[in-house]
Amino acid sequence: MSDSRSQNLLDGFKTRWMILRIALSERLAYRGDFVLGTLMRFLPIITQIFLWWAIFQSINPEDPNAGRLSGYSFQDMVAYYLLTMVGRAFSSMPGLSSSIATKIRDGEIKKFLVQPVDLITFLFWSRVAHKIAYYTISTLPFALVFFLCRSYFTLGWPDPWTMAAFVASLFLSFALGFYLEACIGLVGFWMLEVSSLLFVYMLFQFFLSGHMFPLDILPEPFLSIVSFLPIKYLAYFPAAVFLGKVQGTQLAMDMGMLLAWTIFFFVMSQVIYRRGLKHYSGYGG
Amino acid sequence: MLFKETGNVARVRQNAIPRYTERMSIIQIDQLAKSYRVYQKKEGLREALRGLWHREYKEVDAVKQISLRVEPGEFVAFLGPNGAGKTTTLKLLSGVIYPTSGTATVMGYVPWERSLDYRRRFALVMGQKNQLWWDLPAQESFRLHQQIYKIEASEFQKTLDELTSLLTVRELLGRPVRELSLGERMKMELIAALLHRPEVLFLDEPTIGLDVIAQHNIQQFLKFYQAERGITILLTSHYMKDIAALCQRVVVIAQGQIQYDGSLSGIVDSFSGDKIITLQLAVGQTDAGLERFGQLEKVAMPRVSFRCPRNEVSKSLAEILSNYQIDDIAVEDPPLEETIAKLFTHVSGDNVDSNAASDSVASKP
Repeated sequence: MSDSRSQNLLDGFKTRWMILRIALSERLAYRGDFVLGTLMRFLPIITQIFLWWAIFQSINPEDPNAGRLSGYSFQDMVAYYLLTMVGRAFSSMPGLSSSIATKIRDGEIKKFLVQPVDLITFLFWSRVAHKIAYYTISTLPFALVFFLCRSYFTLGWPDPWTMAAFVASLFLSFALGFYLEACIGLVGFWMLEVSSLLFVYMLFQFFLSGHMFPLDILPEPFLSIVSFLPIKYLAYFPAAVFLGKVQGTQLAMDMGMLLAWTIFFFVMSQVIYRRGLKHYSGYGG
Repeated sequence: MLFKETGNVARVRQNAIPRYTERMSIIQIDQLAKSYRVYQKKEGLREALRGLWHREYKEVDAVKQISLRVEPGEFVAFLGPNGAGKTTTLKLLSGVIYPTSGTATVMGYVPWERSLDYRRRFALVMGQKNQLWWDLPAQESFRLHQQIYKIEASEFQKTLDELTSLLTVRELLGRPVRELSLGERMKMELIAALLHRPEVLFLDEPTIGLDVIAQHNIQQFLKFYQAERGITILLTSHYMKDIAALCQRVVVIAQGQIQYDGSLSGIVDSFSGDKIITLQLAVGQTDAGLERFGQLEKVAMPRVSFRCPRNEVSKSLAEILSNYQIDDIAVEDPPLEETIAKLFTHVSGDNVDSNAASDSVASKP
């Protein structure tokens, strides 16, 4: 029994490896478009830096560098923004929800009911492949940007423990982002079009994940509300860990919450998928 | 997520009971029924707004109480007008949808339980759906299939060689699927479906949209492969040529029910009471008076065709031969398409709109 179980385990890994490999080669089929799209994502950095400069200039017209916004200096703000870019490189899932909804609407989902492969497993590993392809292209530009902006990181490199927590939070934010958006896509079983739902989610995510500004500049009660939401782990949290804003017990608790949210949305995606299939079948298929 | 799939395999194998024995039919369908709830959309803006709060649903019976037995090695065609319930039946047997009532087993498995063991033993090919990776060579999709169906490397290579040479697509394996013609793509779809050597194959319109040559190639392949492997195939098609070339047994479905089950030629016997008599008249003869033997179909002197009730054929022929000078005579069955079209209109004429299901309804999730 244990022999066949380890064989199954091995087969499971091989299947995931194969999905990853094929999805990766599919990505590379469009390398031109892909490289351009990846590099274009670096453009907003410049506008964002100018925007913060303007804000700090209005706070302290004499010396913007000396201004403070809820404890953030201009340098801190830019460092924070660059770090959320890294976080979002892991947690953002462009096109995931809509592709799931399209699969449901076009009936492509049948493939995953007929063939011995699970839809969510398949999407997960394809997404890992997409991310790997993305990192391959974007590591160099990222390194260049961080090198050019090194003066903004006034605290220098974090200690190894913080660094480890930062890396762990990035990987978990990938899984959280994946299952969260998978859940939204799977709502497509009930609503043929999920784009409006996705739009609302993106709007919330834009402001409340910390992508636009550090969440800890928010006044109460918004700060407390936001810190209980899962979306803060998609951008704010990894950056805050790197900058040493979350430490000790708080860090452990937050890591625990991040893991819990990830498991929660994983389970939710499974439940919604099962129920969706029942529903799908009731209305057609 | 990580090991769910493999966990299931272990569980299924553990309590694997040999549910399917050789004494059973490979496909058993009993009183199978499927009805859909569809949203009744009414015309006009006012009704559309009302629909936001209050929706009316209607039950549509796509399949009503179908019972059928298929024996191993049979090649069965489902024939019927659009929306008759053919595709719904195939979807039920593939486990894509759950039935409203009734039972079915395929090789002893209940399809809609979707056990991984079952999935590894059958295949579904839908002519209008693409299962291959669009931007990659078919070869890559096949490798993924090898992995998910757990096909041994040597067996995989052997099957792939055999299928690619039968379908003459070996040199196309490395070309991205999007660059293949429709016919070539269909061949690749078939290969993908047959790599794991399924014992039961469901084909939904496999030749749809193909040109005559590609259709013929696919037919020849299916015929050869089915005979060689002895697999069981259920096929739906609108091309009578497909069915005539391939299937010994035809099941006519219309209005969600089985209207006929038997050989193709039997359809003509049971649903057409007429024969077509074609006469080649000798020089100088006219067709005057021939209409009393039956309805004239086509007059192109010196050829005259008319339709004659089957039981009057010999009487009419005797009379014609004694009254006319005839160079040649042919007595034929009416064209199959015509008989079937008649059969469909006959069936749907019974209760036209009360429960008419349609494919467009059935295919919307």
